Amino acid sequence: MKTKAVNPRVITAKRPAAKLWQLRLYVMAQTPKSLAAFANLKKICETHLKGRYRITVIDLVKHPRLAKGDQILAVPTVVRKLPHPVRTVIGTLSETARVLVGLDLRAADQPT
Amino acid sequence: MKPTATRKFPVAIRLPKCPTGIQGLDEITGGGLPRRRPTLVCGGAGCGKTLLSAEFLVRGATQFDEPGVFMAFEETEKELKANVASLGFDLEGLVRRKKIALDYVHIERSEVQSSGDYDLEGIFVRLGHAIDSIGAKRVVLDTLEVLFASLPNEAILRSELRRLFRWLKDKGVTAVITAERGREHLTRHGLEEYVSDCVILLDHRVNDQIATRNLRIVKYRGALHGTNEFPFLIGAEGISVLPITSLALNHQVSTARIATGIPRLDAMLGGRGFFRGSSILLTGTSGTGKTIIASNFAQAAALRGERVLFFSFEESPNQIIRNMHSIGLRLEPLVKRDLLRFHSARPSLYGLEMHLATMFKEIAAFKPHVVIVDPITSLMDLGTDSEGKGMVTRLIDYLKAGQVTSLFTSLTQGGKAPQQTETAMSSLMDAWILLQDFEGNGERNRVLYVLKARGMAHSNQIREFLISDHGIDVVDAYIGASGVLTGSARAAQHALEKAAVLAGQQEAAQLKREGERKRAALERQIHGLRSDYETEAAELRRIVEQAGTRTLVLGTERAASSRLRQADAKVAASTKNKVRAERMHP
Repeated sequence: MKTKAVNPRVITAKRPAAKLWQLRLYVMAQTPKSLAAFANLKKICETHLKGRYRITVIDLVKHPRLAKGDQILAVPTVVRKLPHPVRTVIGTLSETARVLVGLDLRAADQPT
Repeated sequence: MKPTATRKFPVAIRLPKCPTGIQGLDEITGGGLPRRRPTLVCGGAGCGKTLLSAEFLVRGATQFDEPGVFMAFEETEKELKANVASLGFDLEGLVRRKKIALDYVHIERSEVQSSGDYDLEGIFVRLGHAIDSIGAKRVVLDTLEVLFASLPNEAILRSELRRLFRWLKDKGVTAVITAERGREHLTRHGLEEYVSDCVILLDHRVNDQIATRNLRIVKYRGALHGTNEFPFLIGAEGISVLPITSLALNHQVSTARIATGIPRLDAMLGGRGFFRGSSILLTGTSGTGKTIIASNFAQAAALRGERVLFFSFEESPNQIIRNMHSIGLRLEPLVKRDLLRFHSARPSLYGLEMHLATMFKEIAAFKPHVVIVDPITSLMDLGTDSEGKGMVTRLIDYLKAGQVTSLFTSLTQGGKAPQQTETAMSSLMDAWILLQDFEGNGERNRVLYVLKARGMAHSNQIREFLISDHGIDVVDAYIGASGVLTGSARAAQHALEKAAVLAGQQEAAQLKREGERKRAALERQIHGLRSDYETEAAELRRIVEQAGTRTLVLGTERAASSRLRQADAKVAASTKNKVRAERMHP
């Protein structure tokens, strides 16, 4: 936890291209909120992580069991599985600045 | 789900309840928590919210075949299992048998960022999944308020919680939601406004360095409930709520009587001793013989074959046995036969509640006919007056319900009237025997009297009693000009009375002799009179006889002279014949 701010920066600086961002978006069915969250996330990723990200959308209606693993309470929630550490942002991701802070995307931005 | 108020019958009858299985709680709530509704349990840190809710689930799963979901927001599954294992609950096994589902919900504020609108469907999904996977009937959310700390945007949270509670109702589960106690409101975040069916408040207070847990039903919509604060314990077998007073006073009563082991004390109690199942208070200052009388009672009961449980808070069992041996009470064989069992504990060992719980446990295990608490006052000193009284009430209630005769000794402080010092207890007692010291003549003597004995004619006399090497003797009462005579004054009075009796006997003997003499004199007099009379009678007879002879002689002489004169011979002859005939046929 201590190295949370430092570590990704070091890693990404050394091997910038190899770093693949794995993001999981938890939603409940195809609600307007879910769709908005997916659209917002995709837009942000395209801007900041072009070609270096993968988004997995998990519909909790179909897979309720999966909610427990990532400690999902709120929906929609996006979880950054990789790079470590795990970061979580909840909501429709409409406030881009907050998403960038939440997913620590500014750090990813700099080396590229 | 709203109960229609159109019926004339009170809702309480129809409101379905969900038994908690927690000792005492069902009694207070009249059958349990409202079924298929959420109940709010609130209280400060460490007052037992989690344990109460966990026990609700475990008992539901084990006793009522109602599986449950425990959603923990504060403790991990592992911690939770370990914590409730200390109460003897096998959460692990219940989880394995799919009787209970655990879900640890964790969210770290520092790791969570929010951006835009959200809802709590995640919780709904997890809860719904857990409920469906085991067919849960009960749900615990402990402590939901953590969400306020970890999730931003309170407005969303509130509306989502409101939705959650409605959803729980729709799901048809009986839910317990725990919440932290707030300063101004019942809960820190005002959850009570969402959960309005039943609110239970837990509280942990420290008085005089001794902590007591209390439980209060703040609200129970549509049902009667006890509104008091009820102390509760977290013991080795879970929570037990101890109603200070049982909601109803309806003990079975017995008319059987049991002897006290002191025959003359029995005599003072209408001749047959105490009622079985009654509560007896024995008060006195120190050294008045409370323990001795209690031991006597214990021995008498054990010798009848009854089980006696002796709670001693001042002396160790061995000390009591040794001391009683010196006055001729042999308790050891009774202990060996397991008719008499001692339970000794220092009063300051733990709080009042714990003592009470321990006593209940001992009583439940041994099932005694007679319980002796020596002395109850050292226990009562542990709490405030009302707590002490509450404890005694509960103890008596418990014992009476089981028809157990109880004897409490109570140490009174000198200087105050005993009737005053025991106000806390006396009204609960059926019989009250007071032991006192009488000082005077350079002596200190013990007396006892029956202050009250409900339902029996009892002696109103103050009696002295002696403790000798063969036990207790209640001796005759001597009442002098200045009250009851005791000790040597009594002995002096006794001697005086003896002398008086002797003098009386002597006087009586003298009177008797006098009487004898008088009678003898009278008889002599009668004898004299009779002999006088007899003398007179003899004289009379003699006179009569003489007169007869004289007549005969006269007749003969007359005949002779008439014959001589030759006059009217025929007449004379017939007269002669007549006289003869008279003599032949008188």
